Amino acid sequence: MTEAKGLTVRIEQEQPIPLDIDLAARPGEILAIVGPSGSGKSTTLRAIAGLDKPQSGHIVCNGATWLDTATGIDLAARQRRVGLVFQSYALFPHLTTLENVLEALQDRPAESRRDEALALLARIRLEGLEDRLPRQLSGGQQQRVAVARALARRPDVLLLDEPFSAVDRVTRQRLQHELAELRHDLPMPVLLVTHDLDEAARLADRICVIHRGRSLQTASPEAVMTRPVSPLVARLVNLRNVFSGSVAGHRADAGVTSLEWQGRTIEAALSDEFKPGEPVTWCIPADSIIVHRRDRPSQGERENPLSGIVREAVRLGETTALVVVVGDDDREPFHLAIPTHVARRNGIEVGAEIGFSIRTEAVHLMPPDPDGAEQSATD
Amino acid sequence: MDWEALWLSVRLGALTVLILLPVAVLAGRWLAVTRVSGKSLIEASLALPIVLPPTVLGLYLLVAFGAGSWVGRLWQELFGHTLVFTFEGLLIASVIVNIPFAVQPIQRAFEAISPDLREAAACCGLSKWRSLWRIELPLAWPGILTGMVLTFAHTLGEFGVVLMVGGSIPGETRTISIAIYDRVQAFDNESAGLMAGVLLLISMVTIALSYLFTHRLGRRHD
Repeated sequence: MTEAKGLTVRIEQEQPIPLDIDLAARPGEILAIVGPSGSGKSTTLRAIAGLDKPQSGHIVCNGATWLDTATGIDLAARQRRVGLVFQSYALFPHLTTLENVLEALQDRPAESRRDEALALLARIRLEGLEDRLPRQLSGGQQQRVAVARALARRPDVLLLDEPFSAVDRVTRQRLQHELAELRHDLPMPVLLVTHDLDEAARLADRICVIHRGRSLQTASPEAVMTRPVSPLVARLVNLRNVFSGSVAGHRADAGVTSLEWQGRTIEAALSDEFKPGEPVTWCIPADSIIVHRRDRPSQGERENPLSGIVREAVRLGETTALVVVVGDDDREPFHLAIPTHVARRNGIEVGAEIGFSIRTEAVHLMPPDPDGAEQSATD
Repeated sequence: MDWEALWLSVRLGALTVLILLPVAVLAGRWLAVTRVSGKSLIEASLALPIVLPPTVLGLYLLVAFGAGSWVGRLWQELFGHTLVFTFEGLLIASVIVNIPFAVQPIQRAFEAISPDLREAAACCGLSKWRSLWRIELPLAWPGILTGMVLTFAHTLGEFGVVLMVGGSIPGETRTISIAIYDRVQAFDNESAGLMAGVLLLISMVTIALSYLFTHRLGRRHD
């Protein structure tokens, strides 16, 4: 599936870190590679940049084959047009801001290099800092120099390795904002490696979830976070409300699939790829659980009405996190987050009974949770 | 004061540094990044002159350079004179003896450069030579300077190997250290003291300058 434009990556290896990666990114798209520490995110990025050679793989960028182990093609990093922003930024410490950028412009005519470097620095808001050494710059400024240097290469793919992890929260938000602005001018695919799911969801067009060296799902942030392909992905994206049940039946006319869960019936959007009687895992995003108000009925109250006892109520600033047990089985509680003032006004505290609905549309079905997935996803 | 011996020592030191500089930079750089098996063995072999008694090393070199060895015979054929008891012989011996003093600080300096920087240079499209010239050498410079100063100072002070391979021929192989020893043997403590003082001064100035440069570079790169 070689695309003329963009990047396609297929990597397989056993050693030193097992990898089984399959991903593609279109020009101008930000693809976030998300996974826990040690899942192989950075290794994937290094293989694309040509810094590590996978045992077997195929990498094509903008129609050029960078790696094809079958035919022995393996371009060195300096031959691949990649812009890589290292987690440490890896600025040349003895060179000024301008000189750092100039190093990446060596393939341009000598007379235009300086102007080009200055234009890049201006574009990334570093005017006036051209003669500073990296140690004389703040963390945020260093990150910008690293981005300018990566772009100076006129890369066919821009690779960002946890680019926001080394700065404070305020700077991080500002830099993320700048990337979101800058991306509209970037013609190449951008791969953003991060362990921060919120960051990925904010910045990326699509997310590729990696776990233990395997790419599990590549889809829009919304799809990954509400319709994970497996219980493992659900847990990796921190979906808390994941339950085991079985398919009771389908009503195609109403567009509904009924589930049997702990002796109750839960209605989901029609998912007739699962057969009646088949065990399934189902999940519901926390924001699709509607807590009933005591004084008057809420919108959507008829959809899957449930009631339970609040086991935990933890106030986290303006939000209160609730753990609610439905029925006698407390192995599969619901996790809800409601505004603290709502909790207070409705007297929602530990021991209280509350009613809530779960939106039929948002109930998502997956194949059953294989043994151990729960543990392996979070360790 | 044997000015001839001092000049010979300075010349020997300077030439040893000149020959070892490119060799040690390439070897040090290679050892810093290579993952070749048997690396420890190579490092141990290069470090051998540090632990080997100078007389033992001198004896081996004397045998290796002598007319009975192929090296000695080849030299004789090419240049018409023997290698032992000549300045050239002394220079080659000095280069061999000083390998660890030059290579080790340079290797450490290259090892101290973050691999990220090397990789960043590659991702910027820099050729290997440009990466070495523009990125690595400036960062490794304090270590290279240290290696060169150590080599120079060590050459000035080398005694055992010089005596074994070069003897004490005035103007040819008599270095300042040998001259001091000769003067002490002749109960001419005044000359010996003067020469020792000059050697002390040279060593102090060289080492002080190298520290000064290293600190200045270190501050710039922090």
